[in-house]
Amino acid sequence: MNPLLAQLTAAETDGWWAGFQAFFVAPENAWAVSLLLVLIVGKTIPGMVSLLVWVERRGAALLQDRLGPNRVGPFGILQSIADLVKFIFKEDVLPGHVNKPIFLLAPALAVIPPLVVLSFIPWGANVAIADVDTGILACFAFSSLHVYSVSLGGWASNSKYPLLGGVRAAAQMISYEIALGLSALSVFVIAGTLRLHDVVMFQTDGLTIAGTTYDALWARILDWNLFKQPLGAIIFLIAGFAETNRHPFDMPEAESELAAGYHTEFSSMKFALFFLGEYAAMIVMSSLFIVMYLGGWTFFGVENLLTDWVAEYGAANPGWINWPLIVEAHLHVGIFLGKLAFLLWFFIWVRWSLPRFRYDQLMSIGWKRLLPASLLWFALTAVGVALVR
Amino acid sequence: MSAARPTVDDNPLRNSMTSGDSSALHADPDGEYMTLNMGPSHPSTHGVLRIVLDLDGEVIIRAVPDLGYLHRGMEKIAETYGYNKFIPYTDRMDYLAPISNNIAVAMGIEAVNGIVLPPRGQAIRVICCELARISAHLLGLGAFAMDVGAMTVFLYTFREREVIYDFMESLTGARFTVSFTRVGGLARDLPDGWAESVRRFAERIPKTVETDIENMLTTNRIWVDRLQGVGVIPKDVAMSYGMTGPCLRGSGVEWDLRKEQPYLGYENYDFDVPVGEHGDAYDRYLCRIEEIKQSASIIQQAIAKLPDGPISVEDHKVTLPEKTKVLTSMEELIHQFMVVTEGPALPPGERYFGFENPKGELGFYVKTDGTGRPHRLRMRAPSFVNLGIIPYAFDRAMVADTVAILGSLDFVMGECDR
Repeated sequence: MNPLLAQLTAAETDGWWAGFQAFFVAPENAWAVSLLLVLIVGKTIPGMVSLLVWVERRGAALLQDRLGPNRVGPFGILQSIADLVKFIFKEDVLPGHVNKPIFLLAPALAVIPPLVVLSFIPWGANVAIADVDTGILACFAFSSLHVYSVSLGGWASNSKYPLLGGVRAAAQMISYEIALGLSALSVFVIAGTLRLHDVVMFQTDGLTIAGTTYDALWARILDWNLFKQPLGAIIFLIAGFAETNRHPFDMPEAESELAAGYHTEFSSMKFALFFLGEYAAMIVMSSLFIVMYLGGWTFFGVENLLTDWVAEYGAANPGWINWPLIVEAHLHVGIFLGKLAFLLWFFIWVRWSLPRFRYDQLMSIGWKRLLPASLLWFALTAVGVALVR
Repeated sequence: MSAARPTVDDNPLRNSMTSGDSSALHADPDGEYMTLNMGPSHPSTHGVLRIVLDLDGEVIIRAVPDLGYLHRGMEKIAETYGYNKFIPYTDRMDYLAPISNNIAVAMGIEAVNGIVLPPRGQAIRVICCELARISAHLLGLGAFAMDVGAMTVFLYTFREREVIYDFMESLTGARFTVSFTRVGGLARDLPDGWAESVRRFAERIPKTVETDIENMLTTNRIWVDRLQGVGVIPKDVAMSYGMTGPCLRGSGVEWDLRKEQPYLGYENYDFDVPVGEHGDAYDRYLCRIEEIKQSASIIQQAIAKLPDGPISVEDHKVTLPEKTKVLTSMEELIHQFMVVTEGPALPPGERYFGFENPKGELGFYVKTDGTGRPHRLRMRAPSFVNLGIIPYAFDRAMVADTVAILGSLDFVMGECDR
């Protein structure tokens, strides 16, 4: 049982709240817990996306010396909701020349894989929908499906600009998946596990050099995989940009070349789903980067100070509701979201600063630079691990 | 700039094809090429240019530009409307530098009879021309950057253009379609304080260009990779296609009508003509950057020695007389009536006049027949001539290069199709 839930049950013994908990805590009702978590993630991510779209537009405006959307709600924060309403009421055009089943399937494929991957992400020590042992493999398995939405969307449109976008997407995402996978592989060579929870724990258990484990602040900082795997982290980040089709690798969309690329023929909510999928993929890629390189929900051990204090205070004051794990969970998710916000801002910052690569340059970077570099880094990591152990 | 730059043949996706026998290349016996219709409504064709591309994968086998979607019959309109009434139409030619077109058409008409403006009128025209050049280049560079994917630069350049729009508004009353010139002069003199604020703007614009455009692009690796060796137009080719303006100078030909056939007293100003070396999109970009700085320098020089005196010629068969005199004197009343109803009285004659517009040589061949309307007014639009290079420059380029090349050619369809 999830320790979080165990603590919830231990805290309360009677009343409707206790009955409510008892239902969710009972092992035979595990499906209900999963359903609840799925609903939470399934509703939170679109909410995060709509916030992210607003941040992107206001952030772009900030970088570009203009105001950006500021009419709907305070600071225009409800702009995305207005957009969503517009998307829903737009005519859903189904062009006559498209391959209907695939045309309808592609937008769904854009959204489902990122949402599935997010269920594997450990947002806190005990906060994950599915804490599977093969976490990273599962993540990559599902996020690879994202390429189908883009290439099938381009192909099913049966139109030339989307076709070019779809072909570009297929080539680009497959090429960069390799570099992405190899740099992730290096992480698991040093961490020795595929379980995302353990990867985070590996980055917070103190730095072990030649048998001695150091626990000082500097050691905790250097314990992040970002510092143990600098090249791998950079490759992962670059490949992550390419995987999510974000600028400067947004070849499949390339609005100045291909009109709107693969989603040119899509309208109304079908377009909105592609839009949602792109941002959800950004959140997925940032979350994976945080888990694998930025210490997940931890912040150099500082987060333990507060949880410890809460635990001590709760133990000393029996009348006080003693939920240290609940406090901890909030803290962890907060730290995680803070790192996520930083990375997502980085995505936005890059998008509005750089020009776009050309398709052949993109491929040559992927195959001639990133792939050898990640292979070399993987070899170095393997040798290093063998020597240290 | 002197290091070897990549060529089309360095690209493994492109060098499998030969550029020699074009008929064999274009034959396509297996039906593998895809015909892609780029435009007339495409985000990067800057208006309504249509290019029919034959693609092998992403590589362009053949490019055929199709012009004329914005044709408005301006030359015929000139014959019908007469000299001064035609000037507002020229605002809609190169609509990124309307005042420059006004001046060019007025000078083309004046040139037939050798009308020369008084010094102050000339200096104001120079200031306006160079402001227009800065404005046009800023937009050209911004749109160029946006096509290549650097959206933010576009907004930065537009912010600076906004200042120039404000100057135009206080000078002419209109921000965009200024219609400022008249045959033989200008519509009105400078407002108070205008010259000083323009001078301050000209002082700071080179710095702003450096911080907001050059820092974002010039040494940016992606920008350099996208542009160097792309759309290479060698010197002789550029000349044989009759290219002019920054597109020609980017290919290394030092040809600027302000230097070669000075008008408006340009020989009295100290400025350089930047030329490129390789003739690729990157050199054309550098040329435009440098031209903005040179224009700013010309504006400062012109304002520093701005003479006093009339702004229009005193021959009131051509220009309007002063309004107070019109109301009190018979002679002036007749002149006013004749200039407004019949148009400026220009004796028969014909002449070609070439003017260095931001996009290149804007030429007017004017044939007057003694009435208030030209017998024929033929325009040489630089964008039209420069676009002739498309089939050459697009040869074996990639789809993504089209936008970079089009952006570097910096054309305006309003002028091209006129």
